[in-house]
Amino acid sequence: MTFPGSNDDRDAAWALSAVGAEPVLVWHDEHELPAGTGAVVLPGGFSYGDYLRTGAIASLAPAMSAVKQFAAVGGPVLGICNGFQILCEARMLPGVLRPNQQLEFVCRDVAVRVENADSLFTRRLAVDQELVIPVKHGEGAWYADEGQFMTLAARHQIVLRYVEDVNGSLGAVAGVVNETGSVMGLMPHPEHAVDPLLGSADGGLLLAAVVDAATEHALVLARA
Amino acid sequence: MKATVLVRPKDGILDPQGEAVEGSLRKLGFAVSHVRVGRVIDLEFDAEGPNHARMQLDRMCTELLANPLIESVDVRLEEG
Repeated sequence: MTFPGSNDDRDAAWALSAVGAEPVLVWHDEHELPAGTGAVVLPGGFSYGDYLRTGAIASLAPAMSAVKQFAAVGGPVLGICNGFQILCEARMLPGVLRPNQQLEFVCRDVAVRVENADSLFTRRLAVDQELVIPVKHGEGAWYADEGQFMTLAARHQIVLRYVEDVNGSLGAVAGVVNETGSVMGLMPHPEHAVDPLLGSADGGLLLAAVVDAATEHALVLARA
Repeated sequence: MKATVLVRPKDGILDPQGEAVEGSLRKLGFAVSHVRVGRVIDLEFDAEGPNHARMQLDRMCTELLANPLIESVDVRLEEG
């Protein structure tokens, strides 16, 4: 998906191709997803100037209605950085992303630990495995209220946590999934970590799982 | 109808922006504390009476203007 202000859409498409996907860029004011869509990736960058709150305006884009319908029938959706913010504002994922506690933009490689290796997106990983994936965000402090946080932890919806405190995120949360596990959001950028020459290929493991999920979803749709 | 919506970070929610503003005000020599930064939204809209207006404003707040997880709203309706 490309929103006005997205700047990692082409990187995401390139990285997804590298792990076997056939990505198609979809403009934010499309009312339908291309026929045969197996998975949706909402990229990083910005959207609509991120007025009001990051992702708030984009969450109401026409294409987001199509993404909600796609997710409602189990279609896998991954939101990266601004994509994560959009999914939270669209209430497709729990919580909200707030300005970094240190009020500084953070842009560097960080280590994240896998908390749940059974989710659609983390199946190629192991619990406690550490991945090195870059972050680059000013508003990445994930927040939920205490009750919600306990519920999410109990349901294993917190799938990735930072190994160190990166931005003041509650519980060092770096990535969460929805209740059914078909929608995931994370602040680190897996599409920038698909080649050891660029520091890490760990992000490729997550993206490859998106391709697995897309293939499975397309099969389910074809049988229906 | 005219209305003003004041959006504030909820009590207990860390407000790093407020803290930064507080720090700067202190540097200027003001003995301030508890600085919180929110947002003001002025708007004009059509409504069939004050009840309808309040209903619409409630929906505007929940659907877009504020995120109830972290923000509280104070709606001021100016009739006429």
